[in-house]
Amino acid sequence: MTATIVAPATPQRRSKRASNNAVLAGAIILGLLALVAIFAPLLAPHDPETVVADQVLGAPSLEHPFGSDALGRDVLSRVMFGLRVSLLVSLAAVLVSTAIAVPLGLLAGYFGGLTDTAISRVLDMVLVLPALLLAITFIAILGPGSTVAALAIAVIYLPILARVMRSSTLVVTRNDYVLGARARGAGHLRVLIGHVAPNALGPVIVQASVLSAFALQLEAALSFLGLGTQPPTPSLGGMLSDGRDVLSQAPWVEIFPGLTIVVAVLSFTLLGEGLRRAFDPKGVAA
Amino acid sequence: MTALLSLTDMEVRFGAAESMASAVDSVSLEVKSGEIFGIVGESGCGKSTLANAVMGLLPGAAHVDGSAKLQNREVLGLDEKSLRALRGDEMSMIFQDASASLDPTWPVGDQIAETIRAHRKVSRREAKQQAIDLMTEVGIPDAASRYGDAPHRLSGGMRQRIVIAAALANQPKLLIADEPTTALDVTIQAQVLQLIRRLRDDHGTTVVLITHDLGVVAEICDRVGVMYAGQLVEVADTADLFAAPRHPYTRALLAASPGVPTESRRLATIPGQVPAPSDQIPGCRFQERCPRRLETCMTTPHREPVFPNEVACWNPEPLPAGMASPTDLLGEK
Repeated sequence: MTATIVAPATPQRRSKRASNNAVLAGAIILGLLALVAIFAPLLAPHDPETVVADQVLGAPSLEHPFGSDALGRDVLSRVMFGLRVSLLVSLAAVLVSTAIAVPLGLLAGYFGGLTDTAISRVLDMVLVLPALLLAITFIAILGPGSTVAALAIAVIYLPILARVMRSSTLVVTRNDYVLGARARGAGHLRVLIGHVAPNALGPVIVQASVLSAFALQLEAALSFLGLGTQPPTPSLGGMLSDGRDVLSQAPWVEIFPGLTIVVAVLSFTLLGEGLRRAFDPKGVAA
Repeated sequence: MTALLSLTDMEVRFGAAESMASAVDSVSLEVKSGEIFGIVGESGCGKSTLANAVMGLLPGAAHVDGSAKLQNREVLGLDEKSLRALRGDEMSMIFQDASASLDPTWPVGDQIAETIRAHRKVSRREAKQQAIDLMTEVGIPDAASRYGDAPHRLSGGMRQRIVIAAALANQPKLLIADEPTTALDVTIQAQVLQLIRRLRDDHGTTVVLITHDLGVVAEICDRVGVMYAGQLVEVADTADLFAAPRHPYTRALLAASPGVPTESRRLATIPGQVPAPSDQIPGCRFQERCPRRLETCMTTPHREPVFPNEVACWNPEPLPAGMASPTDLLGEK
C-alpha cells in the first residue's frame, strides 16, 4: 500500500496562488489593452478624427460597434486611439518618475545624514501640494498638452516613489552582504549599484505599477478638464468630457471610454497588488 | 615571529561626547604572523566591534581611538580609498551569518570574482577561472557548474565556504573571522574550522577568530584573548588558558561551559550581570562579580601592557606548580 501525501493548502499557499492569478489576470488584460493601443492604426475600423455628418450620435451598430459621437466620429476607433495616448502618457510619466526617484532614494537611504535630509525635505515640499493643484499649476505655466501632463504626473509621483526606494534601501543597507561586499573591497558606488539597488527595487516596481493606475486616472482627469491632451487628438478623458453633454441622448459616447478607463485601471491595480503580495516575504496579504 | 597586527589602546565609543559609552576600552594586543588568534567573550563584550573597527567598517557615529597597525602600517584613520584598497586584499573579513553575507541576487561565483577584480587587473574570464579554482580549493564539488548558482541553492556550509573563498581570493595577510561557525551545525562547523586551519597552513594567512564558543577556541586557536565588558582581561596560549586560567572571569567562563557531564547536574553560573558600556566603574569592571576581589580592584583598573600570558587582574589565580608566567620570570631578575 502506498499512501499519497497531499500537501495541505495552507493560507500562505493559497495566497501565493491567488497573487499569481491576480498578476496573470492583470498582465493579460493589460497586454491586450497594450496590443490594441499599439496596433490602433491597423485595428481601428475608421479614422478617429474624420467627421461624418449623417452619423451624428449614431447608435451602436455593426458598422460602428460603439456608436458615434456628436461629430459623427467612430467611438470604437476613438477609444482605441485614446487608449494609445492615455497609456503612453501614464507609462512615460511613471517611467520618468521612477528613473529619477530610484537614484534619489538610493542616495538618501544609503548615505543617510545630511544627504538624506537634503533629498527628503525637498521631496516633502512636493508631497504637501495636492496632486491636481500641482498638475494644474504646471499646465498654467507650460501650457496644456500631453507632454506637459506627463511631466506634471512624473513630478507628482516622484516623492512617493523616492520615499519607497529610500525605505527599502534603508532595509537592504543593513544586510550583512552589503557590509560583506565592502569588506571584500568594493567601493560605495559599486556596492550601491551592484548590491543595494537590485535588492531594493522590488517595492518600487510594485509602487510604480500601482501608481500607473493612478497616473492613467490623473491623465484622464486632466484631459477631461481640457488641460491634458488637446482635441482633435482623441483621449479617454477628453471623450468623457464630450460625452457628458449628450449623456441622455447617446450614453454610448460616455460609457465606452469610461469602461475602458475602468478596465485599464483595474488591470494595473491587479498587477500591482499581485506583485505586492508576491514580494511580501510573509506571503500573507494584509 | 613578528607581529602582523598590533593594537595599542584601541578604544571605540558610541554616542554623544558626554554620555559616550565605550564598547571597546583600551585594548592592546599583538597577533603574530601566521597564528590563529582567538578572541572570546560573551555577547556584547565588544569583540565584533573591535574587528569592525580594524576593518574600518563601523558606522560614522563610532569614535575610534588608539592605534591598529597591520605590518607596521597604521590602518585607523585611513581615508575610504586607502581602506578600500586594503579590504579584501591585505585584510579580509568573514561575517557571522554566511547566508546573509552573500547577495541573494548575485551568482555565488561572481561574488568571488568581484573581490578579485576589485583589486587585480584581470579579465572577466581570468577572474572567473580563479574563482572556480578557489571554490575547488575550499572544497566545493563540481565548482565550475556551481559558479552560476544563486546563494539560496547552496547549503549553509557551502555558502560559508563561498564566503571564505571570497575572503581569501587575494591571499590576504590577515583574515578576521567573526563567529564563522555560529550559524552552522556541529559537523559542518568542524569542517569549516578544518578548512580555516588548512588554509592557514597552506598560505600562512594570519587568522583572528572571534567566537563565544570555547570549544572552537580549543580546537584551532594557537593563542586566545579573553574579553569582558569591552576590555581584554587575559591573553594566553590556548593550552595554558584551558589548563590554568588566571583571570577570575576566564576561570568562571570555563567553569560555566558544558563539558563532559559529571556528578553535578547544573552548570556553574557567574553571579550578577555584565555592566552596561555606559556605566562609570572605577577600578576593575568585573569587581562586582569577582570572588577574588581586593580593595585595589574597587578603585584602580589593572592596565598592563599585554604580554604573552598576561592577565589584567590584581589578584589572579595562582599558577599551578611547574608553570611560570613571563611576568614572574621578569620579576625574579
